[in-house]
Amino acid sequence: MSCPEEQSLLKGPLLSRRTALHGSAVLAATSIAACSARAVDAEQLKPLPVAPTHAVTLRTTVNGRAIELEIDTRTSLLDLLRERLALTGAKKGCDHGQCGACTVHLDGRRVASCLTLAAKGEGRQVVTIEGLSDGATLHPMQQAFIDHDALQCGYCTPGQIMAAVACVAEGNATTKERIREYMSGNICRCGAYVGIVAAIEDAASKMRGA
Amino acid sequence: MQSFNYTRPTTAQEAVKAFADAGAGARFVAGGTNLYDLMKLNIEQPLHLVDVTSIDGLDALSTDGGRIRLGALVPMSAAATNERLARDYPVLVEALWKAASQQIRNMATVGGNLLQRTRCMYFRNGADGAFPCNKREPGSGCAAIGGLDSGQAVLGASDACNAVSPGDWPVALTALEAIVEVQGPQGVRSFPVAELYRLPEATPHLEFSLAPGELITAIEVPQTSAGRFSTYHKVRDRESYAFALASAAVALEIDGDRIIEARIALGGVATRPWRAKEAEQALVGQIFTLARAREAGAAAFWAAKPGRHNGFKIELGARTVADAIEIAFKRSRA
Repeated sequence: MSCPEEQSLLKGPLLSRRTALHGSAVLAATSIAACSARAVDAEQLKPLPVAPTHAVTLRTTVNGRAIELEIDTRTSLLDLLRERLALTGAKKGCDHGQCGACTVHLDGRRVASCLTLAAKGEGRQVVTIEGLSDGATLHPMQQAFIDHDALQCGYCTPGQIMAAVACVAEGNATTKERIREYMSGNICRCGAYVGIVAAIEDAASKMRGA
Repeated sequence: MQSFNYTRPTTAQEAVKAFADAGAGARFVAGGTNLYDLMKLNIEQPLHLVDVTSIDGLDALSTDGGRIRLGALVPMSAAATNERLARDYPVLVEALWKAASQQIRNMATVGGNLLQRTRCMYFRNGADGAFPCNKREPGSGCAAIGGLDSGQAVLGASDACNAVSPGDWPVALTALEAIVEVQGPQGVRSFPVAELYRLPEATPHLEFSLAPGELITAIEVPQTSAGRFSTYHKVRDRESYAFALASAAVALEIDGDRIIEARIALGGVATRPWRAKEAEQALVGQIFTLARAREAGAAAFWAAKPGRHNGFKIELGARTVADAIEIAFKRSRA
């Protein structure tokens, strides 16, 4: 896609790949259609009404951007990202912390966003897959997943990549065995594990050299 | 999920007061990895959550004077990578890194983990009325007894409940006779971690000995020379990121080839973290041999009672204990 706002939107809250795809299907599969479809996005991000006693005002930072909004106290960080901020990179797999598809970084540490109350993001830094690349330049881990064919359907991939970046940063990507152990919270039902481990080994050496 | 109020006090005193002020239906929440999960299943239905993670001073890990003190809010992942713990108490760090995934360990706290509830599938999956459960609904019955019970307990079960206590960390702390500190409406008290856990008996819904509004603030591990030659051995359906089918925390004090002191606790097989005194007695004063280790393993399960499909846990558990004794002993040879 060659949408002019592509890069700014990647790090902002209004990009919805879901909307873009929807727009593409309904209108025409052109980049212009995808861009215009985003205009309606803000409409869709209105939350359901919530009683004042069950609402909190959340001030947090997502991919470097300050966010302030009122949320239902029940909201998970994952639902906040996906349903309020249109950041649909983090995926809802099991919604019970068992699959890792929702992995994001909270103050630099990987967490399962589905089991994190959004209210706990107060004053903290959230980084999602949308905030990982440096403009058009992919993060070494993203590039390594492409280079090593470390996915098939791709649904688990954003969580795998966020977990893998943290795995390297923690110093847990030193051997194949250690990578397997410390990536065990991320399930890949397509079974792309061989490529995933190879990608992490490759990216780890590049990240250490960086 | 039921709606709830949410507050985030910054001192333990405020937290205890907020809990009391909220009245019925209040719960403390730290990492939330268990509570929030069970709220999504409508098993936990709090009306008021008191988030304790902003309380100052509860996230310190101190090893001064040989005594280990962990603030309740230390993340499991932080305790798992403490070098002093890894050297002097491998049983503790192994129990931590073999639990959950790194994502969950980053969220979960060493205090909250003590209160993790069972993974019994009838408990977790029956809130829509499909299965009775005496933990969920006291007096409703137990679908696990006589049901698909391959994951259920062989030690400590009652006619009302055979759900397994799921933790690893509490098992290691039980072996090392750790002390739990709590703060509540009546002030501060501390007690051995073993006293935190109740047997199901006729009241399986009462799992912990905490009074309403009591907040775990710290864990202390007394100094023991048995810590260094210790291990947490965990056998699972898959190699990583699974709950224990059988596990053993073993810590030995060794003089030459002779075992002077033994601390053994079991996980995955019992309704609470299970201290295996019989296994300890089979080792104390004895020269280590593999045969002796197997005898001790068998002794740990002398009181075990199999159900329909979980009898394998008795043999598996005994061998897990024996293997753990061997691993711990070999650490004295390094």
